[in-house]
Amino acid sequence: MDKIEKNLLKQIADIEKTPMGAYNIRENGKLSARNTTANIDIVTKKDKPGIDIIIKANTKNESVHIPVILTQGGLNDLVYNDFYIGENADVIIVAGCGIHNSTCDTAEHDGIHTFHIAKGAKIKYIEKHYGEGEGTGDRILNPQTIINLDENASMEMESVQIKGVTSTVRETYANMKKGSSLVISERIMTTGKQTAKTVFDVNLDGEDSSVHVASRSVAEDNSLQEFISNVKGNAKCFGHVECDAIIMGNGRVISDPKIEANNVDASLIHEAAIGKIAGEQLTKLMTLGLTEKEAEEQIINGFLK
Amino acid sequence: MLELKDICFSRDSKNILKDVNLKIDNNKMVVITGPNGSGKSTLAKIIMGIEKPDSGTIIFDGKDITNLSITERAKMGIGFAFQQPVRFKGLTVKDLIEISAGDSIKVCDACDVLADVGLCAQEYLNREVNSELSGGELKRIEIAMLAAKKSKLTIFDEPEAGIDLWSFNNLISIFEKMHDDIKGSIIIISHQERILNVADEIVLVKNGKVEKHGPREEILPQIFNKVKPCHKLEKSEKCSEGRA
Repeated sequence: MDKIEKNLLKQIADIEKTPMGAYNIRENGKLSARNTTANIDIVTKKDKPGIDIIIKANTKNESVHIPVILTQGGLNDLVYNDFYIGENADVIIVAGCGIHNSTCDTAEHDGIHTFHIAKGAKIKYIEKHYGEGEGTGDRILNPQTIINLDENASMEMESVQIKGVTSTVRETYANMKKGSSLVISERIMTTGKQTAKTVFDVNLDGEDSSVHVASRSVAEDNSLQEFISNVKGNAKCFGHVECDAIIMGNGRVISDPKIEANNVDASLIHEAAIGKIAGEQLTKLMTLGLTEKEAEEQIINGFLK
Repeated sequence: MLELKDICFSRDSKNILKDVNLKIDNNKMVVITGPNGSGKSTLAKIIMGIEKPDSGTIIFDGKDITNLSITERAKMGIGFAFQQPVRFKGLTVKDLIEISAGDSIKVCDACDVLADVGLCAQEYLNREVNSELSGGELKRIEIAMLAAKKSKLTIFDEPEAGIDLWSFNNLISIFEKMHDDIKGSIIIISHQERILNVADEIVLVKNGKVEKHGPREEILPQIFNKVKPCHKLEKSEKCSEGRA
Protein backbone atom coordinates (compact mmCIF):
# COMPACT_ATOMS: atom_id res chain seq x y z
CA MET A 1 0.00 0.00 0.00
CA ASP A 2 1.48 3.36 -1.00
CA LYS A 3 1.58 6.64 0.93
CA ILE A 4 -1.64 8.00 -0.63
CA GLU A 5 -3.58 4.85 0.21
CA LYS A 6 -2.22 4.80 3.75
CA ASN A 7 -3.26 8.42 4.23
CA LEU A 8 -6.79 7.68 2.97
CA LEU A 9 -7.10 4.83 5.46
CA LYS A 10 -5.86 7.08 8.24
CA GLN A 11 -8.40 9.76 7.32
CA ILE A 12 -11.46 7.54 7.10
CA ALA A 13 -10.83 4.76 9.57
CA ASP A 14 -7.93 6.01 11.69
CA ILE A 15 -5.98 2.97 10.58
CA GLU A 16 -2.19 3.26 10.47
CA LYS A 17 -1.30 -0.39 10.88
CA THR A 18 -3.22 -3.61 10.37
CA PRO A 19 -6.41 -3.16 12.39
CA MET A 20 -7.23 -5.37 15.33
CA GLY A 21 -10.04 -7.87 14.92
CA ALA A 22 -12.05 -8.44 11.78
CA TYR A 23 -11.51 -6.27 8.72
CA ASN A 24 -12.13 -6.06 5.01
CA ILE A 25 -10.26 -3.45 3.01
CA ARG A 26 -11.57 -2.73 -0.47
CA GLU A 27 -9.28 -0.92 -2.89
CA ASN A 28 -10.31 0.29 -6.34
CA GLY A 29 -13.23 -2.12 -6.53
CA LYS A 30 -11.30 -5.18 -5.35
CA LEU A 31 -10.56 -6.94 -2.10
CA SER A 32 -7.22 -5.81 -0.72
CA ALA A 33 -7.12 -7.48 2.69
CA ARG A 34 -9.44 -9.43 4.97
CA ASN A 35 -9.39 -10.96 8.42
CA THR A 36 -12.10 -12.80 10.30
CA THR A 37 -12.36 -13.89 13.92
CA ALA A 38 -14.06 -16.73 15.74
CA ASN A 39 -17.14 -14.55 16.22
CA ILE A 40 -17.10 -12.36 13.12
CA ASP A 41 -17.21 -13.78 9.64
CA ILE A 42 -16.92 -11.85 6.38
CA VAL A 43 -18.16 -13.52 3.21
CA THR A 44 -18.02 -12.23 -0.37
CA LYS A 45 -21.43 -12.03 -1.99
CA LYS A 46 -21.96 -14.29 -4.98
CA ASP A 47 -24.88 -12.54 -6.69
CA LYS A 48 -23.63 -8.93 -6.58
CA PRO A 49 -20.60 -6.94 -5.48
CA GLY A 50 -20.19 -6.65 -1.73
CA ILE A 51 -19.86 -8.65 1.46
CA ASP A 52 -21.90 -10.14 4.27
CA ILE A 53 -20.62 -9.44 7.75
CA ILE A 54 -21.97 -11.99 10.17
CA ILE A 55 -21.55 -11.37 13.87
CA LYS A 56 -22.44 -14.18 16.26
CA ALA A 57 -24.89 -13.69 19.11
CA ASN A 58 -23.36 -12.43 22.37
CA THR A 59 -20.15 -11.21 20.70
CA LYS A 60 -18.74 -8.48 22.95
CA ASN A 61 -15.91 -5.96 22.73
CA GLU A 62 -14.98 -6.75 19.14
CA SER A 63 -14.72 -4.47 16.14
CA VAL A 64 -15.00 -4.69 12.36
CA HIS A 65 -13.27 -2.30 9.96
CA ILE A 66 -14.51 -2.25 6.36
CA PRO A 67 -12.95 0.81 4.70
CA VAL A 68 -13.04 1.46 0.98
CA ILE A 69 -10.41 3.47 -0.89
CA LEU A 70 -10.40 4.68 -4.47
CA THR A 71 -7.31 6.07 -6.14
CA GLN A 72 -8.32 5.58 -9.78
CA GLY A 73 -10.29 8.14 -11.74
CA GLY A 74 -13.05 6.87 -14.02
CA LEU A 75 -14.06 4.14 -11.55
CA ASN A 76 -17.67 3.73 -10.41
CA ASP A 77 -17.61 1.34 -7.49
CA LEU A 78 -20.95 0.01 -6.23
CA VAL A 79 -21.13 -2.37 -3.26
CA TYR A 80 -23.84 -4.01 -1.21
CA ASN A 81 -22.72 -4.78 2.32
CA ASP A 82 -25.09 -6.62 4.66
CA PHE A 83 -24.51 -6.78 8.39
CA TYR A 84 -26.13 -9.55 10.42
CA ILE A 85 -25.70 -8.74 14.10
CA GLY A 86 -26.61 -11.61 16.44
CA GLU A 87 -28.71 -11.27 19.58
CA ASN A 88 -27.14 -9.37 22.46
CA ALA A 89 -23.93 -8.69 20.57
CA ASP A 90 -22.10 -5.44 21.44
CA VAL A 91 -19.65 -4.38 18.72
CA ILE A 92 -18.09 -1.42 16.89
CA ILE A 93 -18.21 -1.20 13.10
CA VAL A 94 -15.98 1.29 11.30
CA ALA A 95 -16.76 1.92 7.63
CA GLY A 96 -16.10 4.87 5.33
CA CYS A 97 -14.67 5.74 1.97
CA GLY A 98 -11.75 7.84 0.88
CA ILE A 99 -11.16 8.95 -2.70
CA HIS A 100 -7.91 10.29 -4.10
CA ASN A 101 -8.57 11.48 -7.63
CA SER A 102 -5.66 12.91 -9.57
CA THR A 103 -7.37 12.57 -12.96
CA CYS A 104 -9.99 14.54 -14.84
CA ASP A 105 -12.43 11.60 -14.74
CA THR A 106 -15.04 11.05 -12.06
CA ALA A 107 -14.34 8.65 -9.21
CA GLU A 108 -17.49 7.39 -7.50
CA HIS A 109 -18.31 4.99 -4.69
CA ASP A 110 -21.88 4.05 -3.81
CA GLY A 111 -22.09 1.88 -0.71
CA ILE A 112 -25.41 0.34 0.24
CA HIS A 113 -25.23 -0.91 3.79
CA THR A 114 -28.07 -2.90 5.30
CA PHE A 115 -28.10 -3.69 8.99
CA HIS A 116 -30.11 -6.54 10.49
CA ILE A 117 -29.72 -6.01 14.21
CA ALA A 118 -31.18 -8.80 16.32
CA LYS A 119 -32.92 -8.53 19.69
CA GLY A 120 -30.91 -6.84 22.42
CA ALA A 121 -27.87 -6.23 20.19
CA LYS A 122 -25.98 -2.97 20.46
CA ILE A 123 -23.72 -1.50 17.81
CA LYS A 124 -21.73 1.63 17.26
CA TYR A 125 -21.30 2.41 13.58
CA ILE A 126 -18.77 5.02 12.45
CA GLU A 127 -18.74 6.13 8.84
CA LYS A 128 -16.35 8.75 7.47
CA HIS A 129 -16.14 10.11 3.95
CA TYR A 130 -13.22 12.02 2.55
CA GLY A 131 -11.96 13.22 -0.80
CA GLU A 132 -8.65 14.62 -2.04
CA GLY A 133 -6.46 14.79 -5.12
CA GLU A 134 -5.18 17.40 -7.52
CA GLY A 135 -7.26 16.19 -10.50
CA THR A 136 -10.28 18.05 -11.83
CA GLY A 137 -12.42 14.90 -11.84
CA ASP A 138 -15.37 14.78 -9.47
CA ARG A 139 -15.21 12.76 -6.24
CA ILE A 140 -18.67 11.38 -5.62
CA LEU A 141 -19.92 9.37 -2.65
CA ASN A 142 -23.50 8.16 -2.31
CA PRO A 143 -23.89 6.09 0.85
CA GLN A 144 -27.18 4.43 1.65
CA THR A 145 -27.79 2.95 5.09
CA ILE A 146 -30.77 0.75 5.80
CA ILE A 147 -31.25 -0.08 9.46
CA ASN A 148 -33.57 -2.78 10.79
CA LEU A 149 -33.63 -2.78 14.57
CA ASP A 150 -35.30 -5.71 16.31
CA GLU A 151 -36.79 -5.52 19.81
CA ASN A 152 -34.60 -3.72 22.35
CA ALA A 153 -31.73 -3.43 19.87
CA SER A 154 -29.80 -0.18 19.70
CA MET A 155 -27.52 1.58 17.27
CA GLU A 156 -25.37 4.64 17.54
CA MET A 157 -24.35 5.97 14.13
CA GLU A 158 -21.69 8.62 13.57
CA SER A 159 -21.58 9.87 10.01
CA VAL A 160 -18.91 12.37 9.04
CA GLN A 161 -18.01 13.89 5.70
CA ILE A 162 -14.71 15.54 6.44
CA LYS A 163 -13.92 17.35 3.20
CA GLY A 164 -13.15 17.09 -0.48
CA VAL A 165 -16.31 15.34 -1.68
CA THR A 166 -17.69 17.00 -4.81
CA SER A 167 -21.18 15.65 -4.48
CA THR A 168 -23.00 13.31 -2.15
CA VAL A 169 -26.48 11.97 -1.57
CA ARG A 170 -26.63 10.31 1.83
CA GLU A 171 -29.74 8.32 2.58
CA THR A 172 -30.57 6.60 5.85
CA TYR A 173 -33.70 4.50 6.35
CA ALA A 174 -34.63 2.91 9.65
CA ASN A 175 -37.34 0.53 10.76
CA MET A 176 -37.60 0.20 14.49
CA LYS A 177 -39.32 -2.39 16.65
CA LYS A 178 -40.40 -2.35 20.29
CA GLY A 179 -37.92 -0.81 22.73
CA SER A 180 -35.27 -0.19 20.09
CA SER A 181 -33.20 2.97 19.99
CA LEU A 182 -31.24 4.82 17.32
CA VAL A 183 -28.93 7.78 17.80
CA ILE A 184 -27.53 9.41 14.67
CA SER A 185 -24.90 12.12 14.72
CA GLU A 186 -24.02 13.66 11.37
CA ARG A 187 -21.29 16.20 10.53
CA ILE A 188 -20.84 17.62 7.05
CA MET A 189 -18.64 20.32 5.62
CA THR A 190 -18.88 21.53 2.03
CA THR A 191 -16.73 24.09 0.24
CA GLY A 192 -16.32 25.43 -3.30
CA LYS A 193 -19.18 24.25 -5.50
CA GLN A 194 -19.78 21.01 -3.61
CA THR A 195 -23.28 19.71 -2.98
CA ALA A 196 -24.52 17.44 -0.20
CA LYS A 197 -27.98 16.02 0.26
CA THR A 198 -28.99 14.12 3.36
CA VAL A 199 -32.16 12.09 3.77
CA PHE A 200 -33.34 10.51 7.02
CA ASP A 201 -36.47 8.39 6.91
CA VAL A 202 -37.31 6.69 10.18
CA ASN A 203 -40.29 4.47 11.03
CA LEU A 204 -40.86 4.24 14.77
CA ASP A 205 -43.09 1.18 14.60
CA GLY A 206 -42.54 -0.39 18.02
CA GLU A 207 -43.76 0.77 21.38
CA ASP A 208 -41.13 2.72 23.33
CA SER A 209 -38.82 2.98 20.34
CA SER A 210 -36.79 6.18 20.12
CA VAL A 211 -34.66 8.07 17.63
CA HIS A 212 -32.38 11.09 18.01
CA VAL A 213 -30.95 12.63 14.85
CA ALA A 214 -28.47 15.48 15.28
CA SER A 215 -27.09 16.98 12.09
CA ARG A 216 -24.51 19.74 12.11
CA SER A 217 -23.21 21.16 8.89
CA VAL A 218 -21.15 23.99 7.49
CA ALA A 219 -21.66 25.26 3.95
CA GLU A 220 -18.86 27.53 2.73
CA ASP A 221 -18.14 29.39 -0.52
CA ASN A 222 -20.78 28.49 -3.15
CA SER A 223 -21.66 25.07 -1.79
CA LEU A 224 -25.20 23.79 -1.33
CA GLN A 225 -26.60 21.42 1.26
CA GLU A 226 -30.04 19.94 1.64
CA PHE A 227 -31.36 18.23 4.75
CA ILE A 228 -34.53 16.19 4.47
CA SER A 229 -35.95 14.24 7.37
CA ASN A 230 -39.14 12.32 7.86
CA VAL A 231 -39.75 10.68 11.21
CA LYS A 232 -42.96 8.69 11.51
CA GLY A 233 -44.27 7.86 14.96
CA ASN A 234 -46.48 4.82 14.45
CA ALA A 235 -46.68 3.78 18.11
CA LYS A 236 -45.97 5.16 21.58
CA CYS A 237 -42.49 6.45 20.79
CA PHE A 238 -40.10 9.38 20.94
CA GLY A 239 -38.39 11.11 18.05
CA HIS A 240 -36.08 14.11 18.09
CA VAL A 241 -34.47 15.63 15.00
CA GLU A 242 -32.08 18.54 15.29
CA CYS A 243 -30.54 20.25 12.27
CA ASP A 244 -28.02 23.04 12.80
CA ALA A 245 -26.17 24.67 9.95
CA ILE A 246 -23.65 27.47 9.60
CA ILE A 247 -23.52 29.26 6.27
CA MET A 248 -20.49 31.23 5.09
CA GLY A 249 -19.72 33.19 1.93
CA ASN A 250 -22.43 32.28 -0.59
CA GLY A 251 -23.10 28.89 1.01
CA ARG A 252 -26.72 27.74 1.02
CA VAL A 253 -28.60 25.27 3.19
CA ILE A 254 -32.13 23.98 2.72
CA SER A 255 -33.78 22.20 5.63
CA ASP A 256 -36.93 20.26 4.92
CA PRO A 257 -38.14 18.60 8.10
CA LYS A 258 -41.20 16.43 8.43
CA ILE A 259 -42.52 14.70 11.49
CA GLU A 260 -45.56 12.50 11.27
CA ALA A 261 -47.46 11.36 14.37
CA ASN A 262 -49.64 8.41 13.47
CA ASN A 263 -50.32 7.43 17.06
CA VAL A 264 -51.71 9.59 19.85
CA ASP A 265 -48.81 8.58 22.13
CA ALA A 266 -46.10 9.49 19.65
CA SER A 267 -43.94 12.39 20.81
CA LEU A 268 -41.93 14.00 18.02
CA ILE A 269 -39.76 17.10 17.99
CA HIS A 270 -37.93 18.84 15.20
CA GLU A 271 -35.52 21.73 15.64
CA ALA A 272 -33.70 23.50 12.84
CA ALA A 273 -31.41 26.51 12.88
CA ILE A 274 -29.49 27.95 9.95
CA GLY A 275 -27.39 31.09 10.05
CA LYS A 276 -23.98 32.62 9.80
CA ILE A 277 -21.59 32.68 12.76
CA ALA A 278 -22.97 35.08 15.37
CA GLY A 279 -20.96 38.30 15.56
CA GLU A 280 -20.87 38.13 19.35
CA GLN A 281 -19.20 34.70 19.19
CA LEU A 282 -16.42 36.12 17.03
CA THR A 283 -16.09 39.17 19.29
CA LYS A 284 -15.86 37.00 22.40
CA LEU A 285 -13.03 34.89 20.99
CA MET A 286 -11.26 38.01 19.74
CA THR A 287 -11.32 39.41 23.28
CA LEU A 288 -9.40 36.26 24.22
CA GLY A 289 -6.67 37.10 21.70
CA LEU A 290 -7.74 35.25 18.55
CA THR A 291 -7.87 36.98 15.18
CA GLU A 292 -11.20 37.00 13.38
CA LYS A 293 -9.99 34.18 11.10
CA GLU A 294 -8.75 32.10 14.03
CA ALA A 295 -12.01 32.69 15.89
CA GLU A 296 -13.98 31.52 12.85
CA GLU A 297 -11.87 28.35 12.62
CA GLN A 298 -12.33 27.59 16.31
CA ILE A 299 -16.09 27.99 16.04
CA ILE A 300 -16.32 25.78 12.94
CA ASN A 301 -13.97 23.11 14.34
CA GLY A 302 -15.92 23.01 17.60
CA PHE A 303 -19.24 22.91 15.80
CA LEU A 304 -18.19 19.94 13.66
CA LYS A 305 -16.20 18.17 16.37
CA MET B 1 -1.74 51.90 32.92
CA LEU B 2 -4.89 53.16 31.14
CA GLU B 3 -5.81 56.66 30.17
CA LEU B 4 -8.89 57.82 28.32
CA LYS B 5 -8.64 61.31 26.86
CA ASP B 6 -11.67 63.27 25.66
CA ILE B 7 -13.63 60.20 24.59
CA CYS B 8 -16.87 61.01 22.74
CA PHE B 9 -19.33 58.44 21.44
CA SER B 10 -22.76 58.97 19.94
CA ARG B 11 -25.29 56.71 18.26
CA ASP B 12 -28.62 57.54 16.64
CA SER B 13 -28.17 61.26 17.38
CA LYS B 14 -27.71 60.51 21.08
CA ASN B 15 -24.53 61.53 22.86
CA ILE B 16 -23.70 58.48 24.96
CA LEU B 17 -20.24 59.55 26.13
CA LYS B 18 -19.22 63.20 26.31
CA ASP B 19 -15.56 64.11 26.69
CA VAL B 20 -14.75 61.31 29.08
CA ASN B 21 -11.37 61.59 30.74
CA LEU B 22 -10.26 58.79 33.02
CA LYS B 23 -6.97 57.49 34.34
CA ILE B 24 -6.57 54.03 35.89
CA ASP B 25 -3.29 53.26 37.64
CA ASN B 26 -1.51 49.93 37.93
CA ASN B 27 -2.69 47.34 40.42
CA LYS B 28 -6.00 49.01 41.23
CA MET B 29 -9.45 47.62 41.67
CA VAL B 30 -11.76 50.24 40.20
CA VAL B 31 -15.54 50.08 40.22
CA ILE B 32 -17.44 52.12 37.65
CA THR B 33 -20.96 52.81 38.80
CA GLY B 34 -23.84 55.05 37.82
CA PRO B 35 -27.47 55.02 36.74
CA ASN B 36 -28.76 52.72 34.00
CA GLY B 37 -28.08 54.17 30.58
CA SER B 38 -25.31 56.44 31.80
CA GLY B 39 -22.76 54.96 29.37
CA LYS B 40 -20.82 52.57 31.64
CA SER B 41 -21.01 49.50 29.38
CA THR B 42 -20.22 51.59 26.31
CA LEU B 43 -17.14 52.89 28.09
CA ALA B 44 -16.03 49.33 28.87
CA LYS B 45 -16.56 48.27 25.25
CA ILE B 46 -14.55 51.24 24.03
CA ILE B 47 -11.62 50.22 26.23
CA MET B 48 -11.75 46.66 24.79
CA GLY B 49 -12.15 47.94 21.23
CA ILE B 50 -15.62 46.45 20.71
CA GLU B 51 -16.90 49.96 20.05
CA LYS B 52 -14.88 52.72 18.40
CA PRO B 53 -15.07 56.22 19.85
CA ASP B 54 -16.04 59.10 17.56
CA SER B 55 -13.14 61.07 18.98
CA GLY B 56 -10.57 60.94 21.75
CA THR B 57 -7.55 58.84 22.58
CA ILE B 58 -6.96 55.64 24.56
CA ILE B 59 -3.51 55.06 26.02
CA PHE B 60 -2.61 51.65 27.48
CA ASP B 61 0.81 51.01 29.00
CA GLY B 62 2.07 54.17 27.36
CA LYS B 63 0.90 53.18 23.87
CA ASP B 64 -1.91 54.76 21.84
CA ILE B 65 -4.33 51.87 21.27
CA THR B 66 -7.23 53.97 19.90
CA ASN B 67 -7.00 52.37 16.47
CA LEU B 68 -5.95 48.88 17.54
CA SER B 69 -8.27 45.93 17.02
CA ILE B 70 -9.90 43.86 19.77
CA THR B 71 -7.37 41.08 19.15
CA GLU B 72 -4.38 43.42 19.42
CA ARG B 73 -5.69 44.86 22.67
CA ALA B 74 -6.36 41.36 24.05
CA LYS B 75 -2.78 40.38 23.20
CA MET B 76 -1.46 43.50 24.92
CA GLY B 77 -3.19 42.39 28.11
CA ILE B 78 -6.77 43.62 28.19
CA GLY B 79 -9.52 41.17 29.09
CA PHE B 80 -13.28 41.61 29.01
CA ALA B 81 -16.05 39.63 30.71
CA PHE B 82 -19.37 40.07 28.93
CA GLN B 83 -22.50 41.07 30.80
CA GLN B 84 -24.40 38.46 28.76
CA PRO B 85 -21.96 35.58 28.19
CA VAL B 86 -21.95 34.09 24.71
CA ARG B 87 -22.99 30.49 24.02
CA PHE B 88 -21.11 28.27 21.59
CA LYS B 89 -22.50 25.08 20.09
CA GLY B 90 -19.61 22.64 19.99
CA LEU B 91 -16.98 24.49 22.04
CA THR B 92 -16.48 23.04 25.50
CA VAL B 93 -15.60 24.74 28.77
CA LYS B 94 -12.11 23.26 28.40
CA ASP B 95 -11.76 24.68 24.87
CA LEU B 96 -12.65 28.18 26.06
CA ILE B 97 -10.39 28.03 29.10
CA GLU B 98 -7.52 26.88 26.87
CA ILE B 99 -8.13 29.69 24.38
CA SER B 100 -8.27 32.15 27.31
CA ALA B 101 -4.98 30.88 28.74
CA GLY B 102 -3.44 31.41 25.30
CA ASP B 103 -1.85 27.97 25.31
CA SER B 104 -2.65 24.47 26.37
CA ILE B 105 -3.44 24.68 30.04
CA LYS B 106 -2.74 21.85 32.46
CA VAL B 107 -5.92 20.04 33.43
CA CYS B 108 -5.19 20.72 37.10
CA ASP B 109 -4.90 24.48 36.40
CA ALA B 110 -8.18 24.45 34.45
CA CYS B 111 -9.73 22.62 37.38
CA ASP B 112 -8.45 25.28 39.77
CA VAL B 113 -10.03 28.18 37.89
CA LEU B 114 -13.33 26.30 37.71
CA ALA B 115 -13.17 25.43 41.40
CA ASP B 116 -12.62 29.13 42.18
CA VAL B 117 -15.96 29.94 40.56
CA GLY B 118 -17.67 27.06 42.33
CA LEU B 119 -17.88 24.60 39.43
CA CYS B 120 -16.79 20.98 39.59
CA ALA B 121 -14.22 20.48 36.84
CA GLN B 122 -15.07 16.82 36.40
CA GLU B 123 -18.64 17.76 35.62
CA TYR B 124 -18.03 20.85 33.52
CA LEU B 125 -14.69 20.64 31.66
CA ASN B 126 -16.05 18.66 28.73
CA ARG B 127 -19.49 20.24 28.62
CA GLU B 128 -20.45 22.33 25.63
CA VAL B 129 -21.02 25.99 26.38
CA ASN B 130 -24.49 25.82 24.83
CA SER B 131 -28.09 26.49 25.79
CA GLU B 132 -28.13 23.56 28.21
CA LEU B 133 -26.17 25.69 30.68
CA SER B 134 -28.05 28.11 32.90
CA GLY B 135 -27.33 31.85 32.94
CA GLY B 136 -25.58 31.49 36.31
CA GLU B 137 -23.36 28.67 35.07
CA LEU B 138 -22.44 30.67 31.98
CA LYS B 139 -21.56 33.65 34.12
CA ARG B 140 -19.25 31.57 36.31
CA ILE B 141 -17.57 30.07 33.22
CA GLU B 142 -17.10 33.58 31.81
CA ILE B 143 -15.36 34.65 35.02
CA ALA B 144 -13.23 31.47 35.02
CA MET B 145 -12.09 32.30 31.48
CA LEU B 146 -10.90 35.72 32.58
CA ALA B 147 -9.14 34.21 35.60
CA ALA B 148 -7.32 31.86 33.20
CA LYS B 149 -6.42 34.73 30.84
CA LYS B 150 -4.51 36.62 33.54
CA SER B 151 -4.74 40.00 31.82
CA LYS B 152 -2.94 43.10 33.02
CA LEU B 153 -6.29 44.88 32.84
CA THR B 154 -9.52 42.92 33.24
CA ILE B 155 -12.91 44.51 32.72
CA PHE B 156 -16.05 42.92 34.16
CA ASP B 157 -19.33 44.28 32.84
CA GLU B 158 -21.92 43.79 35.60
CA PRO B 159 -20.54 40.46 36.81
CA GLU B 160 -23.27 40.14 39.43
CA ALA B 161 -26.11 40.23 36.86
CA GLY B 162 -27.92 36.90 36.81
CA ILE B 163 -25.74 35.36 39.47
CA ASP B 164 -27.14 33.57 42.52
CA LEU B 165 -26.39 34.44 46.11
CA TRP B 166 -23.80 31.67 46.56
CA SER B 167 -21.87 32.84 43.52
CA PHE B 168 -22.21 36.45 44.57
CA ASN B 169 -20.54 35.76 47.90
CA ASN B 170 -17.67 34.09 46.08
CA LEU B 171 -17.49 36.69 43.36
CA ILE B 172 -15.82 39.21 45.61
CA SER B 173 -13.21 36.73 46.78
CA ILE B 174 -12.52 35.83 43.11
CA PHE B 175 -11.86 39.50 42.30
CA GLU B 176 -9.62 39.84 45.33
CA LYS B 177 -7.71 36.65 44.42
CA MET B 178 -7.27 37.80 40.80
CA HIS B 179 -6.10 41.16 42.04
CA ASP B 180 -3.53 39.55 44.36
CA ASP B 181 -2.35 36.88 41.90
CA ILE B 182 -2.07 38.89 38.71
CA LYS B 183 -1.08 42.24 40.21
CA GLY B 184 -2.93 43.91 37.38
CA SER B 185 -5.86 46.27 37.47
CA ILE B 186 -9.49 45.26 37.48
CA ILE B 187 -12.36 47.44 36.30
CA ILE B 188 -15.77 46.31 37.46
CA ILE B 189 -18.99 47.87 36.26
CA SER B 190 -21.45 47.39 39.05
CA HIS B 191 -24.33 48.79 41.05
CA GLN B 192 -23.74 46.52 44.02
CA GLU B 193 -22.76 48.17 47.28
CA ARG B 194 -20.80 45.06 48.36
CA ILE B 195 -18.66 45.31 45.24
CA LEU B 196 -18.25 49.06 45.69
CA ASN B 197 -17.04 48.30 49.22
CA VAL B 198 -13.98 46.37 47.98
CA ALA B 199 -12.89 48.94 45.38
CA ASP B 200 -9.69 50.93 45.67
CA GLU B 201 -11.29 53.62 43.56
CA ILE B 202 -14.80 54.45 42.43
CA VAL B 203 -15.81 56.18 39.22
CA LEU B 204 -19.30 57.64 39.02
CA VAL B 205 -20.58 57.98 35.45
CA LYS B 206 -23.68 60.04 34.87
CA ASN B 207 -25.21 61.27 31.62
CA GLY B 208 -22.18 60.12 29.66
CA LYS B 209 -19.68 61.96 31.82
CA VAL B 210 -17.33 61.05 34.64
CA GLU B 211 -18.96 62.94 37.49
CA LYS B 212 -16.71 61.70 40.27
CA HIS B 213 -13.52 59.67 40.50
CA GLY B 214 -11.47 59.04 43.58
CA PRO B 215 -10.64 56.71 46.45
CA ARG B 216 -13.54 54.61 47.73
CA GLU B 217 -13.43 56.25 51.15
CA GLU B 218 -14.00 59.61 49.50
CA ILE B 219 -16.55 58.73 46.79
CA LEU B 220 -18.73 56.10 48.46
CA PRO B 221 -20.23 58.39 51.13
CA GLN B 222 -20.99 60.99 48.47
CA ILE B 223 -22.87 58.46 46.33
CA PHE B 224 -25.00 57.05 49.13
CA ASN B 225 -25.71 60.38 50.78
CA LYS B 226 -27.25 61.60 47.55
CA VAL B 227 -29.75 58.74 47.34
CA LYS B 228 -32.88 59.36 49.33
CA PRO B 229 -34.69 56.11 50.15
CA CYS B 230 -38.34 56.14 49.11
CA HIS B 231 -39.67 55.39 52.63
CA LYS B 232 -38.15 58.61 53.88
CA LEU B 233 -39.96 60.75 51.37
CA GLU B 234 -42.26 63.34 52.84
CA LYS B 235 -45.99 62.85 52.45
CA SER B 236 -46.19 65.98 50.42
CA GLU B 237 -43.99 64.44 47.74
CA LYS B 238 -45.52 62.79 44.66
CA CYS B 239 -44.36 59.27 45.64
CA SER B 240 -46.72 59.13 48.64
CA GLU B 241 -49.67 60.36 46.63
CA GLY B 242 -49.68 57.20 44.53
CA ARG B 243 -48.84 59.03 41.32
CA ALA B 244 -46.17 57.88 38.96
